[in-house]
Amino acid sequence: MPLRLEIVTPERRAYEDDVDSVVLPGSEGELGVLPHHAPLLSTLGVGELRIRKGGQEEFFAIAGGFLQVRPDRVVVMAETADMASDIDLESAEKARRDAEQALTEGFDEPADLARARASLQRALLRIRVAERRHREGPRHRG
Amino acid sequence: MPSQREIRRRISSVRNIKQITRAMQFVAASKLKRAQDATLQSRPYSEMIDEVLSDLAAVLTAEEHPLLARREEGTRLLIVFTTDRGLAGSLNTNTIRFAARQITEQAGDLKVVTVGRKGNAAMRRARVPIAAAFDGYGDRPTFAAILPLARLVTDDYLAGTYSTVDLVHPSFVSTLVQRPAVDRLLPIEPAEDTGGIPGHQFIFEPNAGDVLRSLLPRYVATRIYQAVLEVTASEQSARMVAMKSATENAQELIDDLTLTYNKVRQSNITREMIEIATGANAAR
Repeated sequence: MPLRLEIVTPERRAYEDDVDSVVLPGSEGELGVLPHHAPLLSTLGVGELRIRKGGQEEFFAIAGGFLQVRPDRVVVMAETADMASDIDLESAEKARRDAEQALTEGFDEPADLARARASLQRALLRIRVAERRHREGPRHRG
Repeated sequence: MPSQREIRRRISSVRNIKQITRAMQFVAASKLKRAQDATLQSRPYSEMIDEVLSDLAAVLTAEEHPLLARREEGTRLLIVFTTDRGLAGSLNTNTIRFAARQITEQAGDLKVVTVGRKGNAAMRRARVPIAAAFDGYGDRPTFAAILPLARLVTDDYLAGTYSTVDLVHPSFVSTLVQRPAVDRLLPIEPAEDTGGIPGHQFIFEPNAGDVLRSLLPRYVATRIYQAVLEVTASEQSARMVAMKSATENAQELIDDLTLTYNKVRQSNITREMIEIATGANAAR
């Protein structure tokens, strides 16, 4: 039985296809889903999402959101989802530098600190996911 | 009777206006397409959020989260969605008139948050207490851009400032029809758990309460984002229709003026000929 994977964000549908398995960054650690998984609702952290499909792998950088698993369907509701091949390394590096810069300057409000930390985390993740693609090459791992 | 030159000048100025309204009509048409795409693209996420919420509602009660709890007394909040710019037919007028009716129909304390400059100006003129004003979301609103508004409303509601929060926005019925509507945002009323697997069969991680706590603020943001997308699509389609009829009116005006111009020209020629004939007769 195939496993239908959908990745949706508030602005668009980022991915929809039948896959063999998917590994996600759950809030309680990494989470692998195969077909016939028990119904599950979980919160998601910031991290890398790995899709395995017909011997090939695809990567997404996702941040914040939820996961709904049914035996034949996985829906990822993420605030942002970037496919590895779509990530612009330069802009991710810039986002990282900006966030680091902001962190050295200090904050009046704890909420600002939390936001800056979160954006640094997201930038680092996008860099990691994008570099993985460069190292391994796109979609031809056997 | 105006002179030939005056009429010619008017014709050329109306022609210029027609060119502008025509250009605006086409720009609005292409922006409308984009706005409709954005609405369609955002729908799966909001539908999923609704579904998860109803799954959660099946296992949790209203006491589990203050965003679900009803309050009997307090200030009502209306969030009124309008456009930043005019030339959009009767869209803003209708929305504002509808909002005014909502305000006057029910007594009691009330505040508004305005989205869009037009609504803000109207509410200020009417001396309605404004809690906050947002604008400048542009033709392609992003989810990130509306988060401050969502956070403000959620925080104030949690702090007990408001008893209810309603969204007043034009709802996009079709390209020709946008009807103002009011929707309850807070307290949240989850839909019946009907689709797919019943909520109590799910495993919740870390637990149902935590999932709910992180879901609700996103639910609020999603509802507000949907309203912003709807006002954007409505704006472009209202502008497109308004500019189309403005272009047609300009053409009609040009036709009328051309007719007058020809009449004036004709009567001038006739008059000159009579003058020449009279002059020739007198000289004889």
